[in-house]
Amino acid sequence: MRKMQVRLSRAMRNNIHGFWMVICLALVIILPVTMAAGLYWKSSVLLHENSLLSLVFSKEWKPISGQFGFYPFIISSVWVTMAALLFAAPICLLTSIHLTQYAKRWVLKVMHPVIDILAGIPSVIFGLWGILVVVPFIGNYLGPWLGKQVSGYSILAGAIVLAIMIIPFVLNILIEVFKNIPDELTEASLSVGATRWQTVKFVLLKKGMPGIVAAFGLGMSRAFGETIAVLMVVGNVTRIPTGLIQPGYPLPALIANNYGEMMSIPLYDSALMLSALILFVVVLIFNLISRYIIIQCDEKC
Amino acid sequence: MNSTKIHLSKLDLHYGKQHILKNIESEIPEKKITVILGPSGCGKTSLLRCMNRLTDLHPDAHLSGKILIDGTDILSSNEDITNIRKMMGLLAQRPYPLPMNIFNNVAYGLRISGRKKKKYLHHRVEHYLKLVNLWDEVKDRLHDPAVALSIGQQQRLCLARGLAVDPQIILADEPTSALDPQSSQAIEEKFMELKEAYTIVIVTHILRQAKRIADYVIFMYMGEVIEQGPVNEFFENPKQEKTKEYLKGMFY
Ligand SMILES: Nc1ncnc2c1ncn2[C@@H]1O[C@H](COP(=O)(O)OP(=O)(O)OP(=O)(O)O)[C@@H](O)[C@H]1O
Ligand SMILES: [Mg+2]
Repeated sequence: MRKMQVRLSRAMRNNIHGFWMVICLALVIILPVTMAAGLYWKSSVLLHENSLLSLVFSKEWKPISGQFGFYPFIISSVWVTMAALLFAAPICLLTSIHLTQYAKRWVLKVMHPVIDILAGIPSVIFGLWGILVVVPFIGNYLGPWLGKQVSGYSILAGAIVLAIMIIPFVLNILIEVFKNIPDELTEASLSVGATRWQTVKFVLLKKGMPGIVAAFGLGMSRAFGETIAVLMVVGNVTRIPTGLIQPGYPLPALIANNYGEMMSIPLYDSALMLSALILFVVVLIFNLISRYIIIQCDEKC
Repeated sequence: MNSTKIHLSKLDLHYGKQHILKNIESEIPEKKITVILGPSGCGKTSLLRCMNRLTDLHPDAHLSGKILIDGTDILSSNEDITNIRKMMGLLAQRPYPLPMNIFNNVAYGLRISGRKKKKYLHHRVEHYLKLVNLWDEVKDRLHDPAVALSIGQQQRLCLARGLAVDPQIILADEPTSALDPQSSQAIEEKFMELKEAYTIVIVTHILRQAKRIADYVIFMYMGEVIEQGPVNEFFENPKQEKTKEYLKGMFY
């Protein structure tokens, strides 16, 4: 009889544990969904009056007169992200190939924690570095050299800061990608007379391609959503950028700079919610595609 | 008639402080099958890797001594390492097809050495796929990814890939260990044919297989060559205690 009781209560405790785990799990899943739903609900006020397409492609941002064109912000975001990725990609690829294929083993052993530490630096510090180093460099040297009078706060400054920020993040994934390719594949290529570089070019890059795409996809979603470091150096001028050394105003900066102020303007909060929703969806899509590619690769390779 | 193709002389291999191969002396006969036997971990794979200079890939590997191929020391010669490796086809324990289609797997070695004419490549690929008895099975799907083949087919494909660069030597590390009996037999028979034209060195754990295909046997134990000789002598009249024990299955 007692035994029975013990067993019962154990089963019950087990059930209770199970219950809490399910609750926690549900929270993790439900939270983002409710966030998205909330954003949508808040922004629907604006969406009732304008179609999404017209908002996304309209160039006029005049909240006072009720004009909310997101185009300058979206374009700024795209430029900053793409430029950052363009700067970061060759550095990440070559570094990861060097570390995994050419460097002595202790170099990778030393670099691994170094990269991890770099990845953990708060983004506001990168922003400060951007203000102290990158912005003056563009304003005082690069701009005049190109024959332009600029402040230095620009898309380029944002992209450089972003590139530096995502390099350790992408590098970590790429190193894993290359380390996971079996040595025997390299050996197979070498033993038919390929050089080291030919092996990298024709075999490793090809074998690692899904992982490489995924790494850059994740880096891209990081870059697209990064707020503070970019906000500090990008200029925040509502205008369609005409060049890399011109200022821009990416979506996350728009939200961070304005939410909580100017809320008396009708529809303003709804517009900010919509930009948050756009950001949310874009980052989610980048992430999902990258994860999907990684999973596909894990199953096949 | 019985000339030496590969002459190993005073060969020592260290991985860091570990002494892996100890003073290896051996003469591997040309156009014969030489089988390397020995318990797990005795250095068989390492020995094959030395011959192909894959030990270069390990920064902490240190190799000394001589490996003479047709009288030229490949450890000290100025010959391009890619040419040295091309002299030897390597067949690994498990097949590792390159991440490309069946056709390109075989054509890879030719392409990277600059032979790119389509007609020539087609001719060669067909020739080598026929040589390894794979042609009939894949001729309608040459452009499918090579990983879609069965393991046995992949192993034959890898053999074709190695042969396509026209090596003189085939190094095979337990080439049948991942295969079913039928595929194993197919590979074995292939080797018996190929020894007309190639010098073959095979590592195996299967004594019966060694007996079937070997002309010459090298028995290793803890990084040393304990006994070596023609196959009949080795199996029927082993001289060393260790060899006798091994042949009784003691080290299994
Ligand atoms: N890359 C390496 N670094 C350090 N030690 C190694 C390395 N490769 C092999 N060894 C060591 O060398 C010794 C011989 O290994 P090897 O793979 O040559 O054995 P083997 O005879 O092929 O064994 P098996 O029959 O199990 O394949 C082992 O003790 C192994 O631990
Ligand atoms: Mg082995």
